[in-house]
Amino acid sequence: MADIAAHQASHSSFRSWLSRVGQGRHLLGLLFLLPAAVFLLLFLTYPLGLGVWLGFTDTRIGREGVFIGLENYQSLFDDSVFLLSVFNTILYTVGASILKFALGLWLALLLNQNLPFKSFFRAIVLLPWVVPTVLSAIAFWWIFDAQFSVISWALIKLGLIDHNINFLGDTTNARASVIAANVWRGIPFVAISLLAGLQTIPQSLHEAATLDGATGWQRFRYITLPMLSPIIAVVMTFSVLFTFTDFQLIYVLTRGGPLNATHLMATLSFQRAIPGGQLGEGAAIAVAMIPFLLSAILFSYFGLQRRKWQQGGGD
Amino acid sequence: MATVDIRAVTKAYGSTPVIHGVDIDIHDGEFVVLVGPSGCGKSTLLRMIAGLENISGGEIRIGNRVVNEVPPKERDIAMVFQNYALYPHMTVGANMGFSLKLRKAPKAEIDARVNRAAGILGLSHLLDRFPRQLSGGQRQRVAMGRAIVRDPQVFLFDEPLSNLDAKLRVQMRTEIKELHQRLKTTTVYVTHDQIEAMTMADKIVVMHDGVVEQIGAPLDLYDQPANQFVAGFIGSPSMNFIKGKVQVNGTAAFVTPSGAKFPLDRVPEGAVGKDAIYGLRPEHVRIDPQGVPVEIVVVEPTGSEILAIVRVGEQEIACLFRERLSLAPGETIHISPQPGMTHLFDAVSGQRL
Ligand SMILES: Nc1ncnc2c1ncn2[C@@H]1O[C@H](COP(=O)(O)OP(=O)(O)OP(=O)(O)O)[C@@H](O)[C@H]1O
Ligand SMILES: [Mg+2]
Repeated sequence: MADIAAHQASHSSFRSWLSRVGQGRHLLGLLFLLPAAVFLLLFLTYPLGLGVWLGFTDTRIGREGVFIGLENYQSLFDDSVFLLSVFNTILYTVGASILKFALGLWLALLLNQNLPFKSFFRAIVLLPWVVPTVLSAIAFWWIFDAQFSVISWALIKLGLIDHNINFLGDTTNARASVIAANVWRGIPFVAISLLAGLQTIPQSLHEAATLDGATGWQRFRYITLPMLSPIIAVVMTFSVLFTFTDFQLIYVLTRGGPLNATHLMATLSFQRAIPGGQLGEGAAIAVAMIPFLLSAILFSYFGLQRRKWQQGGGD
Repeated sequence: MATVDIRAVTKAYGSTPVIHGVDIDIHDGEFVVLVGPSGCGKSTLLRMIAGLENISGGEIRIGNRVVNEVPPKERDIAMVFQNYALYPHMTVGANMGFSLKLRKAPKAEIDARVNRAAGILGLSHLLDRFPRQLSGGQRQRVAMGRAIVRDPQVFLFDEPLSNLDAKLRVQMRTEIKELHQRLKTTTVYVTHDQIEAMTMADKIVVMHDGVVEQIGAPLDLYDQPANQFVAGFIGSPSMNFIKGKVQVNGTAAFVTPSGAKFPLDRVPEGAVGKDAIYGLRPEHVRIDPQGVPVEIVVVEPTGSEILAIVRVGEQEIACLFRERLSLAPGETIHISPQPGMTHLFDAVSGQRL
């Protein structure tokens, strides 16, 4: 009996404590936020902070560095390889993103039609995405092989060319090849996301537009595209971020070659830091990506804002 | 403006037939209401007129032109959808002017026509809003505005009022009717609400399971329903159907299994002695000391009238009285039908006798 009474007493004191905390709603809110905040700080900002710090030091593998201010950044500005990698990264990101958007949208529109075997085709589109990147990179490596390329073989058989294409050995070809591989890999994300967006557009809007006299192209231009624009903003933001920070494909396919023509900032950073041992310099290159990413995010922030027409209640 | 002729039209989705040979003549400037229970094929028929569904068989003509193969945009019709289907990313003005913009009409003309339609519908102050910033009734009006601006040959409405509350529905009903009187555009209006049909239509088409049960003016359907389905569907509260036989012992009467005798207005040929259904609208029942004795089951006063459910043998009859009678459950009263207001249907086929 006494036991139960004690239990109840402790229970009720706990309850009253809870209710007291509950009075200060802000306090309670903070309390619930705490675990998430600690987690965020530890796992997200700590590595970031460490990276930024390393960029201001001359740390090498196996040797504690000292603070050297902006010296790493100054030397990067005179480093032609770094400047080339910035150019490459921008070219890679812009080229691949435009292609992914155009092809992804086209695929999404196609898959949104009433095709036979619709779900089969939708599954197929996801394939490039479910294959591990390294595996698909290796496959592309084989496809782009200087001697055994299936593309060269097919084109020769068709009589369109008379010698093998040097996909990864020539600077222009190599750039085009890695962009092609990235596009192949990134299309499912764009296509499936846009397909999901397309399916939220009510059929009756298309019917209303048809009765209003719109042709297929006009329906796309005046209904589909504007209604899809919020999703396009989200998808392309992510796509640009993924492409800008791409590493695996390049590293497996070209390691930045030939003549650094496909070195991206991410691969150069890794190359300098780990195989090269210059941790401080590698970190500085990685930190130099941040302004680009921030401006991309800022740009899309405005694209991501709720359109005026999206505000207010639904039907 | 144009006539619409529907000739032996059928529709099947795959191998499932949903419309079985429908014939309707719609005159120039007429307001025709398609009414029927859910799933009877009203929307399907309307969408075939619009060209949104293809026609499996038969022929639809708009203004004497067979439109079976004519694409929707060339049929010159405007449709108001149940969910309004307003373009959410366009302002009210842009929604209404969209069809003109597609036709590459000059900006000044678009503005003039949009403003005129907005004026008619009381939308002038809302032209710069987006659909989401409007109330349900305002959206409904914009949808009508979009149709008016086009100045089409035919208006098609698919249950345009079903998303509105009861009061607004009554108001919009009047507005649509007024609009029609003003524009005189041929209109086909779909609803499952028989009150809407009765109050708005020049001509009602009652549909049931993909066939037309009866076509006629509202009061004709009320007074002379062609069969038991129409009789039960038109009128509220709906008609009582009493089972029994027609007997002639001296005077002809309709006799229920419990022996109650209801007077007949006339004795149809060959009906004597056969099972039949006696149709009697609640509002056509009156108190009559010489009438049939019935027991009161439920009394529901609404203020303007009293609805009483009474029992004759095993069968229940709804009665609607305008007078303030003091009725109590369990009491026995005597009722009789208003002369000339009774109906008789074949017990098997449901056809009017
Ligand atoms: N795309 C379709 N495929 C197969 N059957 C369909 C299709 N569309 C409609 N139907 C069927 O056709 C019949 C008529 O449908 P319809 O939409 O015309 O009914 P309705 O009279 O408008 O009903 P409601 O009052 O509920 O809107 C229904 O039985 C429905 O199940
Ligand atoms: Mg319908």
